[in-house]
Amino acid sequence: MSAAKAIKIAVTAMGGQGGGVLSGWIVKLGEQAGYIAQSTSVPGVAQRTGATIYYVELFPKSAADEKGKAPVLALMPASGDVDIVVAAEFMEAGRAIMRQLVSKQTTLIASSHRDYAIAEKIIMGDGRQEVTPIREAAQEAAGRFIEADMAQAAAEAGAVISAVLFGALAGSGALPIGREVFEETIKAGGRAVAANLRGFASGYEIASAQGQVNTHQQAPQRVETDTINGATLPAPAVVPLLERMKTDFPPETHDVIREGLMRCVDYQDVRYGYEYLDTLSEIHAVDKEHGAGRSYRLTKDAAKHLALWMSYDDVVRVADLKTRASRFDRFREDVRAEEGQIVDVSEYMHPRVEEVCDLLPPFLARGILKGKTRRKVMSALLGGGRRVPTTKLRGFFLLRMIANLHFMRRGSFRFALEQTRVRQWGDWLRQYAPHEYDFACEIAAMQRLIKGYGETHQRSLANYNRIMARVEDIAVQPNPGQALSALRNAALKDEHGAALETALSQLSSNLQAAE
Amino acid sequence: MAERSFAKEVEDLRIGAGETFRGEGILAVTKALLQSGVSYVGGYQGAPISHLMDVLSDAQDILGELKVHFEASASEASAAAMLAASVNYPLRGAVTWKSTVGTNVASDALSQLASSGVKGGALVIVGEDYGEGSSIMQERSHAFAMKSQMWLLDPRPNLSAIVNSVETGFQLSEASNTPVMLELRIRACHVYGSFEAKDNVTPQYTLADAMENPARDYSRVVLPPSNFVHEVEKIENRWPAAIDFIKTHKLNEFLGGHKGKAGIIVQGGLYNTLIRALELLGLANAYGETHIPIYCLNVTYPLIDEEVKGFCLDKKAVLMIEEGQPEYLEQAVNSILRNGDIQTKLVGKAVFPKAGEYTADVMREGVRTFFEKHEPKLVKHSPVTAKSLAPDMMQGVVETVPQRPAGFCTGCPERPVFSAMKQVQKDVGDFHVSCDIGCHLFSILPPFDVGNTTMGYGLGWAGASAFNTEAQKRTVSIMGDGGFWHNGLTSGVGNAVFNKNDNVLVIVDNGYAAATGGQDILSSRAFNKSKSTNNPIAKAVRGMGVTWLKEVHTYNIGEMKSVLKEALTTKEVGPKVIVAQAECMLNKQRREKPIRNKAIANGKRVVRPRFGVDPDTCTGDHACIRISGCPSLTLRDNPDPLKDDPVAWVNNDCVGCGVCGENAHSAVLCPSFFRADLIYNPSWWDKFMSGVRRAVIGSFQRGAERRRAKVSFGDAT
Repeated sequence: MSAAKAIKIAVTAMGGQGGGVLSGWIVKLGEQAGYIAQSTSVPGVAQRTGATIYYVELFPKSAADEKGKAPVLALMPASGDVDIVVAAEFMEAGRAIMRQLVSKQTTLIASSHRDYAIAEKIIMGDGRQEVTPIREAAQEAAGRFIEADMAQAAAEAGAVISAVLFGALAGSGALPIGREVFEETIKAGGRAVAANLRGFASGYEIASAQGQVNTHQQAPQRVETDTINGATLPAPAVVPLLERMKTDFPPETHDVIREGLMRCVDYQDVRYGYEYLDTLSEIHAVDKEHGAGRSYRLTKDAAKHLALWMSYDDVVRVADLKTRASRFDRFREDVRAEEGQIVDVSEYMHPRVEEVCDLLPPFLARGILKGKTRRKVMSALLGGGRRVPTTKLRGFFLLRMIANLHFMRRGSFRFALEQTRVRQWGDWLRQYAPHEYDFACEIAAMQRLIKGYGETHQRSLANYNRIMARVEDIAVQPNPGQALSALRNAALKDEHGAALETALSQLSSNLQAAE
Repeated sequence: MAERSFAKEVEDLRIGAGETFRGEGILAVTKALLQSGVSYVGGYQGAPISHLMDVLSDAQDILGELKVHFEASASEASAAAMLAASVNYPLRGAVTWKSTVGTNVASDALSQLASSGVKGGALVIVGEDYGEGSSIMQERSHAFAMKSQMWLLDPRPNLSAIVNSVETGFQLSEASNTPVMLELRIRACHVYGSFEAKDNVTPQYTLADAMENPARDYSRVVLPPSNFVHEVEKIENRWPAAIDFIKTHKLNEFLGGHKGKAGIIVQGGLYNTLIRALELLGLANAYGETHIPIYCLNVTYPLIDEEVKGFCLDKKAVLMIEEGQPEYLEQAVNSILRNGDIQTKLVGKAVFPKAGEYTADVMREGVRTFFEKHEPKLVKHSPVTAKSLAPDMMQGVVETVPQRPAGFCTGCPERPVFSAMKQVQKDVGDFHVSCDIGCHLFSILPPFDVGNTTMGYGLGWAGASAFNTEAQKRTVSIMGDGGFWHNGLTSGVGNAVFNKNDNVLVIVDNGYAAATGGQDILSSRAFNKSKSTNNPIAKAVRGMGVTWLKEVHTYNIGEMKSVLKEALTTKEVGPKVIVAQAECMLNKQRREKPIRNKAIANGKRVVRPRFGVDPDTCTGDHACIRISGCPSLTLRDNPDPLKDDPVAWVNNDCVGCGVCGENAHSAVLCPSFFRADLIYNPSWWDKFMSGVRRAVIGSFQRGAERRRAKVSFGDAT
């Protein structure tokens, strides 16, 4: 029996990513290089953002001619029988592994970028999947594994990702076909040739530079990491704050406290920084006794969440952030504006009566919120959602005017409310830290639940309150820290609070069983 | 204009004898039709045969030259009925659709046609949407062939075999006066390959000939007594004629070896997968050469008893490879063997899964199991596929890889309809939603999770017709414009008017049959040279007698919400119809992007909107994503070192439809969304105003920076 075999190539992509373009190029490339090429796909509904597999077989024409017979090519890949897998996104590489397409005979070329699936995106906290299990499996399963952020490379070249992947395929040497033939294929395609050749070249370099490589993506900088030594020094006004931090708190907590201080001072004023340290000191007083062996986790957690709590989101804060020069630079970058291009920006804002009342003195706010008619009048005055043109003078000054209202904050309805909440929260931390240290840390982290503005804020605050109303019940659970963290996760599971409801009723039945 | 243009490819349809045709399976079928001298072609689009319709639609000029009439039929039923032209006249006709759904719709006409019988060749090309990538219920077209007695071709999935079966299909149809079904699986429809072309043939006898010289044969009409005669004709004349033709022309193939105690009967369409399985087991080479006897059924209905018996007679066991269920072929072969008193053991579903696609792996293991039992020495040395990963590691992968359900495209105008619906449900409570077939059915998936049932194309409102009784809440039904014109106008709207329904219908009017690839329909706004477009849905609905009708622009979520609420709560009795309008974004972008790019290149002032999210005001709650699901609205790391949850982010695929901003408004989410208008080739006024603004705003910003610098913490600790 003849030894001639087809080269089998699978391209895994998401609908709309251009997997069809890539498999089309591979077909043309194969035909150009003396192969009989066959490709198939099952686009169907998957074309609309679903996962798709394109499958190509290349059979040496010379062998078929010699034999005088056409090969019988398959229309779908068999497990353990694929020579090259090209994945246009990292989880799609995972899917190829899951479908057993990747084996020791396989060169796996994967773009390391993530395109999050809807299930990951809709989670209220962080629903993003870990990439490590995929990376480890790829290294284990594949004969060769080439990985790089091809989406980034494509963006830099102004090319489609298929061009970079095609380049990586050429650079990997997995196909016995020369670089020129690849480039000819792109040229013959006739679309965005210059850009796609740039993308191709960068893909080629990535792959030819990599043998078996794993380029771990840089994790974003967290506060736990060492601070970078920079050039500018603290302004005299804040030096005493930092001094106090250094004397009152142990060194391992300084990074996060400094971040917290920065947030509070930026949010309100230097005095607010002192108030931050005051509250934190009260908590740390307990932690001094119990946290020494635990690298002062409670102080650190509290420092982070206290800062976030004290810098709650209100219209003043939003107006301030929206008008900053740094923000103007950022949106230009985000929308990929060209150098010097005019970009007009307008904000989608929908302040409700509640947000306005947040800023008023308590007696006024309560008065408005209680009176139905007053509320209606106020609501009518505010109107519906509006678009504020920040890059135009009238929009900019409107927002600046609101930002300048921060002097009203200390005397405002919301400020008083948040102060009460923070105090209660701090009390819990100090109450539980001596006996249930982890539980206290989890209480500190409960602030994470409270998010945003408008309806989002109402919902998240309600979840926080529902859980914390049961704090005493949770405290008597066998592992209260774990129980509280489970409840917090349940609250982040779904918007309707169904998971939280179940978890809370579970708590009740646990208690009954204990009795 | 359809999603994909075949303007370039259709030129290949002109090539003649001696040249090689390269392209997709479904294009090869088109070429084969022209080579067969077809007079008329009709059909209804749907994966996997949409491209056949698109190609024909783009090939009007060539079809004109060859005197072929092409019709984008209103439904599969219309297409099937079109074949009536072949009943009285020697005209070859072909129709196509997605099966089994399309065959369901067409089956009344198909039954009539099969009863009447045909004079000219009648070919029904069914694209089998079965297995991976399918969007419909998993059933077999085989049953339709059997019940109406139409012959069913299932050719080997290479272009030459497919083209050949189109040509012989017409001949078989004429030889047996019976319509013929040609079944093509999804991968075969999309397979790229090549075949040696022949010249196109202009039909000798034309449609005009028939119209000008009408011929009538009373015995061809399905009405007593002819209907009884037809049944007898089928058995006594047409069946034997078909058997004779299939045998004489060797439509089925005896491949592989001729010796051995065990053999394989396979549906033609599965042949390539079988060969690959045998190759992997070391029992065949890449050219399909094998010692194992294979009887390849390129015609799966009717079976040729003599061939089956002849193949099985000298074998101890035969493997029947038949995809899908019920196992009609296995039953039929068993019956043939039993009647012929042949003791050969027939093995079918016993070694294969009862349901589901026969993938390469399923095939390999099925074949292996069969031989292990019936001729073990053959597979004794066959390589066993090693698992690529340890089970726990594989488990880790399985748990990590997220599902990727299909969803609305970036900027899709149907998204805001469901964003609005979700928000209305929040206000008035959940209501029953009856869905239809089309892109809008993605509403049943996350993040919308809206919709209870789908009963078929155009049947959205009919699917809620039982709920026509007094209740505290109304039901909402969905229908796309495609389904509306397909049959929803009568089955849904007419039905609701006639039965005095008090519920709500939302018709998604995006200007195309979008889910099937953006084909034009009656209400398309675009000009179409060969079709009549611009027939408004609202006019048709009013014509049916609906008085409560509102037209809403879908992107205006606020209005969408209030209209929906009104429809659900109004005191007015009678059917309520909302026509939700906005052009399919995929089609709109395809049309407008080149124009915009050209305008920019030509120095014209162009404003391009797109959206963004400010990471420092984003709360990481992702409520915006839960009411949108736009692919370009995604996540990125939170740049705030104090916050853990990722922030929302609009990536660069954003087409600037504005739904995320509208949602932020109507659902009162957060002030993070912004719209950025990028101005290309600004006018002097733009430049002047921008200069003034930058100067003023800049100076204020610098002032604020100076103030902040006074409380700066610097870079160092």
